[in-house]
Parts: sequence; structure tokens; C-alpha cells
Amino acid sequence: MSIHTKTIAQLAQGLRDKEFSSVEITQHYLDRIKQSDLNAFITVTDELAMQQAQTADEKIASGSTGILTGIPYAHKDIFCTQGVKTSAGSKMLDNFISPYDATVSHQLNQADLVMLGKANMDEFAMGSSNENSFYGAVKNPWDKNKIPGGSSGGSAAAVAGGLSCFATGTDTGGSIRQPASLCGITGLKPTYGRISRYGMIAYASSLDQAGPMTKTAEDAAIVLNAMAGFDAKDSTSAEQEVPDYTANLTDSIQGLTIGLPKEFFSEGLDDEVATQVMNAVKEFEAMGATVKEITLPNSAYAIPTYYIVAPCECSSNLSRMDGVRFGHRCDNPKDLEDLYLRSRSEGLGAEVKRRIMIGAYALSAGYYDAYYLKAQKTRQLISEDFKTAFKDVDVIMGPVSPTTAFDLGSVKDPVSMYLADIYTLSANLAGLPGMSIPAGFSNKLPVGLQLIGNYWSESKLLNIAHQFQLQTDWHTQTPQES
Amino acid sequence: MSLSEQQVTQIAYLARLSLSEAELKDNTKDLNAILGLAEQLGAIDTDDIEPMAHPLHMTQRLRTDEVTEIDQSENFQSIAPSTGNKHYLVPTVIE
Amino acid sequence: MEWETVIGLEIHAQLSTKSKIFSSASTKFGQEPNSQACAVDLGLPGVLPVLNVEAVNKAIKFGLAVNAHINQRNIFDRKNYFYPDLPKGYQISQMDLPIVGEGEIEITVGEMTKVVGVTRAHLEEDAGKSVHDMFNDYTAVDLNRAGTPLLEIVSEPDMRNAKEAVAYAKKIHALVQYIGICDGNMQEGSFRCDANVSIRPLGQEKLGTRAELKNINSFKFLERAINLEVERQQDILEEGGSVVQETRLYDAVKHETRSMRSKEEANDYRYFPDPDLLPVEISDELLNTIRADLPELPVEKKARFVAELGLNEYDADVLTSQKSLADYFETMLDGNEKNAKLCANWVMGELSASLNKNQLEIEQSPVTASHLAQLITRIGDDTISGKIAKDVFKAMWEGEGSADEIIAAKGLKQMTDTGAIEAIVDEIIANNAPQVEQFKSGNEKILGFFVGQAMKASQGKANPKLLNELLRKKLS
Repeated sequence: MSIHTKTIAQLAQGLRDKEFSSVEITQHYLDRIKQSDLNAFITVTDELAMQQAQTADEKIASGSTGILTGIPYAHKDIFCTQGVKTSAGSKMLDNFISPYDATVSHQLNQADLVMLGKANMDEFAMGSSNENSFYGAVKNPWDKNKIPGGSSGGSAAAVAGGLSCFATGTDTGGSIRQPASLCGITGLKPTYGRISRYGMIAYASSLDQAGPMTKTAEDAAIVLNAMAGFDAKDSTSAEQEVPDYTANLTDSIQGLTIGLPKEFFSEGLDDEVATQVMNAVKEFEAMGATVKEITLPNSAYAIPTYYIVAPCECSSNLSRMDGVRFGHRCDNPKDLEDLYLRSRSEGLGAEVKRRIMIGAYALSAGYYDAYYLKAQKTRQLISEDFKTAFKDVDVIMGPVSPTTAFDLGSVKDPVSMYLADIYTLSANLAGLPGMSIPAGFSNKLPVGLQLIGNYWSESKLLNIAHQFQLQTDWHTQTPQES
Repeated sequence: MSLSEQQVTQIAYLARLSLSEAELKDNTKDLNAILGLAEQLGAIDTDDIEPMAHPLHMTQRLRTDEVTEIDQSENFQSIAPSTGNKHYLVPTVIE
Repeated sequence: MEWETVIGLEIHAQLSTKSKIFSSASTKFGQEPNSQACAVDLGLPGVLPVLNVEAVNKAIKFGLAVNAHINQRNIFDRKNYFYPDLPKGYQISQMDLPIVGEGEIEITVGEMTKVVGVTRAHLEEDAGKSVHDMFNDYTAVDLNRAGTPLLEIVSEPDMRNAKEAVAYAKKIHALVQYIGICDGNMQEGSFRCDANVSIRPLGQEKLGTRAELKNINSFKFLERAINLEVERQQDILEEGGSVVQETRLYDAVKHETRSMRSKEEANDYRYFPDPDLLPVEISDELLNTIRADLPELPVEKKARFVAELGLNEYDADVLTSQKSLADYFETMLDGNEKNAKLCANWVMGELSASLNKNQLEIEQSPVTASHLAQLITRIGDDTISGKIAKDVFKAMWEGEGSADEIIAAKGLKQMTDTGAIEAIVDEIIANNAPQVEQFKSGNEKILGFFVGQAMKASQGKANPKLLNELLRKKLS
């Protein structure tokens, strides 16, 4: 078993047993990144990584270590990292060396992790294929002609492609779960408010949530332990106790009630994907769970609701990208208007502009009620559907994405692209935690199973996922290397 | 409801974006398609529904009134496109 | 045609908190450019706002002081527009659910009092400052002020002339200082007024089209700008034109208002609830605590001055018109309660006149409240006469010492020795036989002549009461 297929738990054990050093595994990963053509990283911080690895080795030698000490990871380029370029996949921030650390970055530094670099992503997290990055598309390690999913496509490809032990991601409408599904890894989007958003470049503030992207549920629990927690700098972070997420992994799931929303298995879902998802559900039944059909009647409206709410928030969030205090500024602006218009038009990509314009329109005088307010009301209905559902079931399961990874460049119009998010958006709109775990293959491409839990039920989700991974080996599969 | 190219130009300006001829055409088509999706929402009765601005029913936590920030202007201005006399510079604004 | 003027004011009061409304950077005035603009104030990618409890408490204080409804659940919204001194491209403000709802305040203009409605007051963040004259080809932006908490106080269009508008503005100005939520410094921009001015034919109910006057940084300019605007609108309407709704900038140097580029049409602020901030909830308990801690309000102080000190309405109103003035007066009262009226006269008379003449604020007075109090005490206990007191005051103003020191140094102590005054009286009567005759034949007015002569002889130090008594006794 080579280093890059090992989980956090295995690497941590090896480090403690002096089987290898952090410097060695870091070097191993850096070498693999150098040889890789996946385009998973925007910035590789090799010097910093080696320094951090050395420090970690010293700490390990002195015996004062946590489980994450010396583990190499890829950090999505949406998290501000002091002194390191933080581009959010945008030309606008190509020259932005962040002068401060995001809370998550700080927490991961405190855990003595080794940051290999900043992972590629769709510009400002807007996209489902990672084709919207200023730094070019990321390739799916399972088939380099396919997309890895988005927006945390670089993170997913890095983990699946053995370029880092784990990665951070953010999920506004499925941006952790969908690429995790398409790349065959484990991804967790926690309850909104579980992880601080401070220093995580905002796309849609009421939907954005960070989370771990890992090889296993156990690793996700370990990383979540480091990322979760209240942050006084984020008014929307919850003052909610952080349990040890690894504590309940081994609990039995005997008697678990699984809800299958009929809306998640309707028209548009690929037959093979449906089969794999149902096989996984059967596996749970074999483990002692019972299955119940449920209904989320308003989830059909998740796409229009999301594609109003998120653009409204992003149109405002991205107004600060104006070429005045940081970021891209056009050459020789002739006046202030010119400065704004050209800096923004040059610095922002097509999809970002599209969403900004949708948002600006939906908030403008005369249209606010019809679009923004209407969408916020529908959002309430979508959220209430879940409340009703969770009266009867412990967890909701279904597909993550209607299809497996599609060909790079094959989906051209935005609306078709948006349809790929159909099963992931509702959890964000409601603020609920969701996971994607490997559940099989279709045409040699990974299929993910989505788990959606009630608020603050991350421990339960991780427990369910871990139990599944004890019974199956989908998560241990790795793409063939050419 | 359907957006004209002229409306799209106005919206773009509101967001301080300028569009080329081709971009304007594409965006008019795309924006109309996306707003077409949004038209679906018209089918739902939301008369007595509270709009949901936040996923969690929490209230605002308040910060104590303390100064903890120090002067980092040099650090911050080192990444600014244009500065002078410790100010951020923009082309002259006529009031 | 007879026109009626309609004025509403929007007042921006900077709340005197130590740190900013959404960040922990200092709000201190006059520091190095951008030295107090932290990551949050600069709107760097990824930063988030966290609300300052003091800004909330101070807004509540104001609401309670104008008897307003406090919205115990209120919401922050984003007002979106691009400007270099607005770092995030939006201002965090309150639109639909402001912290302070409807209230009212009483104003006095001359003999007349009227109640002006406060429509609402909401919390928002201040913008930075654009400096246009530092560079030739650039506007320079200092973001130190960005994020300073503001309370925007919006009045009903209840004022009918510039004097009423000024009276209202001064009332609010005094109030915010009384309750300690704003330092009221207009030069530094801590207290700023915008005026919405329109005119309509007298008797018409429908409001005319209004212009919003901005950039007014003194009460004097407020009055001038409004009068100027009323004239301008009258001219337009009387020539058959129509007033355009617009924002106009007052230029105090040129004494004119001019249209700002008609932003209104292009601007669509796209307000929506700020997703980074949650609804603010104010408990009954907090409201009660703040209500209990509220200091005596000007209107309460005025009533007390009338009821307990026996001042008339006018004096009580003037003395409570500014917190600093009331503080000065009350410091003087310490040990001088029985001389309250005399204290009032001196503050509103000699002191105010001298301050005006030297263009000083009461805080800058060279004569402190306790020094002036000592002078009043000496008038009260007959050590000096009111007339002598004026000379002593002048000396105090010039920094020659305290009242007692000056009285002693100049030997100004009043003559209260009956024998000595009697000697002077006797001599005057002896030397002025014709006037004595006139008095005896019934010319009472001539008494003044004898008083004058006696005062002159005593260098003003004769106790007037004693002198009068002796004169009458000897003359009749």
C-alpha cells in the first residue's frame, strides 16, 4: 500500500510508529503533484509545506501531537491564507496575497497540518464542473476527459487522484457533495453555522458552508473535529457544542429509518445511477435499517429558488471586487466609471457575471417581490418539507447527481448545467447537513450516495457512512494511473 | 416577462459590468432562460409564508465595544493597486 | 401666490462608541489615514460583520428619549451602490425594520411650541472620506471613518420654515449629547443634517416635489440653505416651471445650492436583508435596564428648573437647550440653590455675552462654573453689589483670579458699616441743598441723584439697601 492511498488514520499511525516522516510523505505528495496533469492546484506551496512538515516532525519527535499533525492536505483556494495567493479561481484575485487567515485556515494550522497548496475551483465557487476556473478546468482522475464536478473540483480530484490525503471544500449548492460523488470520495457539508465562514470568500452567505473532503467517513470525522466550532468573528456561526465526531462511528445502525424521497428518483435520474443508489440502500437494509418512501413536494422548486437566492447574495457579495483596495485593476482607467466597468469586466468570468446580473435584476426595484421575496418564501416551504420528513425518518438518502461525470466541454448552456444540482440544492436552502459517499460505479465512473440528516446530526451521518464503509469497499477503489 | 437587450445593458451597468456585443446577445438569451426557470415559482401559493433569509432561527449575537484591531495599513496597502500618502487612489471623482 | 414650506430633516449622528459598528477597529477622529481601517472595514474578501452592542444600546437610548416605539426585532439590510469610499459596494443599514420606530419631540420657536414627529431612526455604517484636492489626477480615499456607527434620525415633514428646522435640529443635537450617545461635534462631522425641502400653495394638502439638501455642517448654514432653496423653488414655480426631485449640495462659501449629478434615476439600491447578520432581538429586560439608566432628559430638567428653582419657562428652556450649558448652570447651583434665579441671569447675561463676543463655547469659558458660583455667592451675601460684580467678572475673565481673590486684591468689599455710609449721606445732603428742597416738595425721583452721588463717593461700594434706607430717613 503506497502512501498516497492511505487514510489520515493510517498516516497518523505510520507517523507515530516512525514508519515514515511528515517530510517524507509531504515530499511524496509534492512529487505526485508535480507529475500530475489533473490541474487540481492553483498554487502549490511546496516550500511552506516542507517547513510545516519539518515542524510537524519535530513535534512528533517530542511526542506532543494531535492526530492531524504532519498530514498533508489541499486547501480550497476560497479560504484566505495569510501570505499565500488566494484567488477563488478568479482572475480578479490572481494577484491577491491574502493579508489574513480565514478561521478555518487558522484552525488547520493549529492542528499542525501540512498545506500542500491551494486547490483549483470554479470561479468564486460558481459552477458544477470546475470549468469556470480562470486557471483552467480540472480533470477527473477516473477519466481525464470528464469533469471532476464543482465547485470544489480541484479538492475532489486531488484526493481521488492521490495528490493529497484530504482536502477542504465549500458547499453552497452541492459543491462538496457533487464533486465528491463524481470523483468517488467522501464529502461532508455540515449544518449551516457549524464551521466558521470568516475568511472564506463569500459566494452566497446564507448557503455557504465549509466541510471536509476525504477518503473515508472516519477521516471526515477527524477533519471535522478540527474545523467545527463557534467563531466570534462569524455572526452566523452557531454557539453549539462540538462533539467528538469520531466517538459514535462504531455505533450500530440497527433500527435506522431511511427516508427515500420519491422526488429524488423521478425523471432525469440516470438508470445506472439509480440502480447503484438502490443497491446501496439495500445494503443498509441488510445492516438492519428500514426504508420508507417519503415526499419532499417542494424540492422540485429547489433549482429556481436557489438560482434566485444565490445570485442575489452573490451580486452584492462580489461588489467589493472593484479594483480599488485589492485585486485586478484595469490599465489606465480614464475615470471612475471606467475603472469599475473595465476592472470588473476583465476580472470576472462569464458565469460569475451571469449570476451577478441575475441577482442585480432580481433585487431591483419592481422585481424584488416577484423574484427575491418569492424565492425566500419557497425556501421556507422547502425547509418545512424536511422538518415534516424528519418526524418519521432518521436520515434521507438518494442520489447526489443525476448522472456520473460528464465530458469536459459537453454542457454549454447554463440552465442545463444548473439541472445537475437538482438533488443537492435543497439541503443548502434548508441549512441541513449532507454527505456523499462512494456507492458504486457506472461505466467505470464513481456514483455517490447522498445522505441528508437533520440539523446538527453530523455525528449520526458519519456513523451511518462509516458503517457502510465497513461493509463495502467502494471508497477504497482508486483510479488507474497511466 | 422577457428581458430586452436594453434591459440587460442597464442591469449590467447597475452591477458595473460592461458587455461586448456578443456577450450582450448571449447574456440576454441566458438570463431569459434562467428567469424562465424562476417563472415556475409562480405556481406555488406562498401567500402566508414567511420569507426565509437565514437557514437557522438564531438571533444576532452582539460584540462588546472594545478596540482590538491594530494599525495594519502598510500590510493592507501592500496589495492595493494604487496608493499615495497612505490613501487609496482612484481616478478623480467629480461631485 | 402664497406658498407654504414643508421641511423634513434626516440627521446622521455618529454614535460615540470606542469601536466600529461591525468591527473592532477604533473610531477615533483625526488619526493617520487608513490606520483605523481593519480588514472588515476594508471589505477584504471573506470578512464578516459582527454587531457592536453599544451601538444597539445607544440607538435604544435615543428611541426611549423621544418616546418612540422600539422594534424589539429589527433587521439589517444592504444598500447596494458603487462608490470609492464604500468599500464593500454596499452599506449595511436598516430599511424595513429599523431599531427605532415612531416617536416625537417638542420644539420651541419664540413663544410657540410644537411637536415634531420622528418617523424612525436606524443604525447604519458610515462611509470613508474621499479627498479630492490632494492629488491632481486622483481622488484619495481614507477609510478610517468607514464603519463608524451612525444613527440616522428621520423626521416627519412637520417643519414649516427654516427657524423651525433649526430648532428641531438643535433639540436633537442637545438630546443626543444629554443621553451621551453622540459628541455632537459638527466640525468633525459627528452630527450632520440633510434637509428635504418642498413648497406648496398655502392650503394645498398634497406635498410639492422636494429637493434634498446635503453637506450642511452648521445650524447657521442649515437655516441659510433652506431659505435659499425655498427662494429657488418659488422662483421656478412662479415662472411656471416645475421642481425636479434631486439632491443638492450646499456650498457655504458661494452661498448656493447646486444639483449633484442626478444620481436618483440611475440608482437602484437593491435593498435586501444582509445574510451575514441575523435579526437583532431586544429583550424587555434590556429595554427596562436602559430606560432605568436614562439620564434626566432636557424636557424633564426644564420642568424641574421651573418647579424646584422657580425659574420662568423661558430661562429654563434656554438653560436646558444644551447639555454643556445645563451642566455649567447646575455646577453653579451647588451651594447656591437659593440664588438660582441670580445664577440663571448671570449665565444667560454676562457669561453668554462674553462667550458670544469672543466666539467661545461654554466648555472653553475662561470663567469656570465654580468660580462664577463664588461670585454669585458674594452678591448673595452682600459682600459686593451687582454692579461691582460686573467688574469682578471682567477681571475673572482676564484671568486675574477667583472672585474672592479679586475682591480682596481690589478692595471691592461692600461698605456695610452704617456709620460710614451715614457720614457720606450727611455730607451729600449738606452739599446739595436745592436738591434736598426738591425732594421735600415731593419730587421722589430726585432720590436717584443722591444714590448716585453716594455711590460715587463710596466708589460703588456702599450697600445699596442700607444707603436707600439712610437717605430716606435723613431726607424726610
